[in-house]
Amino acid sequence: MRPFSYVRAGDAGTAIALVRERPDSAFLAGGTTEVDLVRQDVLRPGLLVDINDLPLDGIEDLPDGGLRIGALARMSEVARAPGVMERFPVISQALVLGASAQLRNMASMGGNLCQRVRCSYFRDPASPCNKRDPGTGCSALDGVNRGHAILGTSDHCIATHPSDVAVPLTALDAVVHTSGPGGERAIGIDDFFLLPGDTPQREHPLEHGELITAIEVPGAPVARRSVYLKFRDRQSYEFALASVAAAIRIEDGTVAEVRLALGGVGTRPWRARRAEAALAGQPASAASFAEAARQELAAATPHPMNAFKVELAQRAIVRALNTLTDGER
Amino acid sequence: MSTDVVLPVTERGPEAGTAVLTVNGQVRELQVEPRVSLLDALREHLGLTGSKKGCDQGTCGACTVWVDGRRVLACLTLAVACEGREVTTIEGLAAAGELHPVQAAFVEHDAFQCGYCTPGQIMSAVKLLEEGHAGDDGEIAEWMSGNICRCAAYPNIRAAIRGVRDAAGSER
Repeated sequence: MRPFSYVRAGDAGTAIALVRERPDSAFLAGGTTEVDLVRQDVLRPGLLVDINDLPLDGIEDLPDGGLRIGALARMSEVARAPGVMERFPVISQALVLGASAQLRNMASMGGNLCQRVRCSYFRDPASPCNKRDPGTGCSALDGVNRGHAILGTSDHCIATHPSDVAVPLTALDAVVHTSGPGGERAIGIDDFFLLPGDTPQREHPLEHGELITAIEVPGAPVARRSVYLKFRDRQSYEFALASVAAAIRIEDGTVAEVRLALGGVGTRPWRARRAEAALAGQPASAASFAEAARQELAAATPHPMNAFKVELAQRAIVRALNTLTDGER
Repeated sequence: MSTDVVLPVTERGPEAGTAVLTVNGQVRELQVEPRVSLLDALREHLGLTGSKKGCDQGTCGACTVWVDGRRVLACLTLAVACEGREVTTIEGLAAAGELHPVQAAFVEHDAFQCGYCTPGQIMSAVKLLEEGHAGDDGEIAEWMSGNICRCAAYPNIRAAIRGVRDAAGSER
């Protein structure tokens, strides 16, 4: 592991100033991705600014029924917060189905959104990778890409976004709050996760030294009936091959409101807007669920090794909607 | 934010410097570089070799310790980041010469073969029981999934955890 310097910040202003001062510096929160990638020589920081003492770990219930989750709240704390479990079961479920108990105790919510891809070529400094070393090429395009994305890909990168909890946060139009050299701002989740395009090294719009302070989830009564389903190669402690966050409200047998997002198949957490539009006002039936899923995945660009994900993702959508509407169809 | 923020903080490294850790209730002073993991600090600097290095990348759980009472992975934790926090290792689980009930249950149920993952399994299992996630075998398997056993002693590990759970229940 390359040597680096370390400093612990006591307040956000100091942390931001310390990172801004040095181009090779980075914030350190839970460290579950960062320490691993530094050890593998994928990340090469000269200075890590430890932010774990900052008072950003609150989980608040908002008057509109929403949530304000501090950036340093740990995955395990958010998963078991009463307001999350009661009003946003899909968020709690996605958190518990991610990583392991130890990692969930360490990993922060802000860091979760910033976690790097699990593409084995990105994590191997000997392989060309446009995300790690822009312009060197994408080894996954013709490599081992069984776990890679089928939605939102480009000729420069097909790495899957690895987060589970970002999937329901995307379905629920969460807002990422930041503080940085330019002041404070709020970034809608659709604008936070960037498609790879021809700049896959740029995964989010944060400037150097810009710190995530909180994640806000707007009130959404529909989320009280919600579910996160995750399909993977082993039953626990594994990344998704396909996952779905779903929430639905049925009135008189038809779909009155629906939220859908996919994980494990997109280069970013994938809001299934085509499927949502296809379902609006339709009968809550297995047939309309399957048709909506078909329309969403029509845009998929699979490779031979990951073509199975096209069918898997559709079945995941149908399974989730069937699960939520059991007894009302 | 103004540009002349006062920085009342001390940058250290990249060379070794003094770090003060509280491990198993004892204050220990050691010379470490910031890049040294808590796991290497425990094993190589403090002689506490109970915590094991399996993968060194956060996938096996052999290095599971507690920081401020929560089970975490020592291989992905920097030693310097633990200053001011309480570190507990398998060596500090019970008083010298005694066994913690979970340690005794692992012996009773033969919950290991090679034993390499066992300290991590036990540090994880004690917390699993405290967290209330030992309801049935499915729940135990899910909440112990961060601790891999390549000898596949899982049935006996679950039996040991059930044994402690049931003994605690009968005391109430």
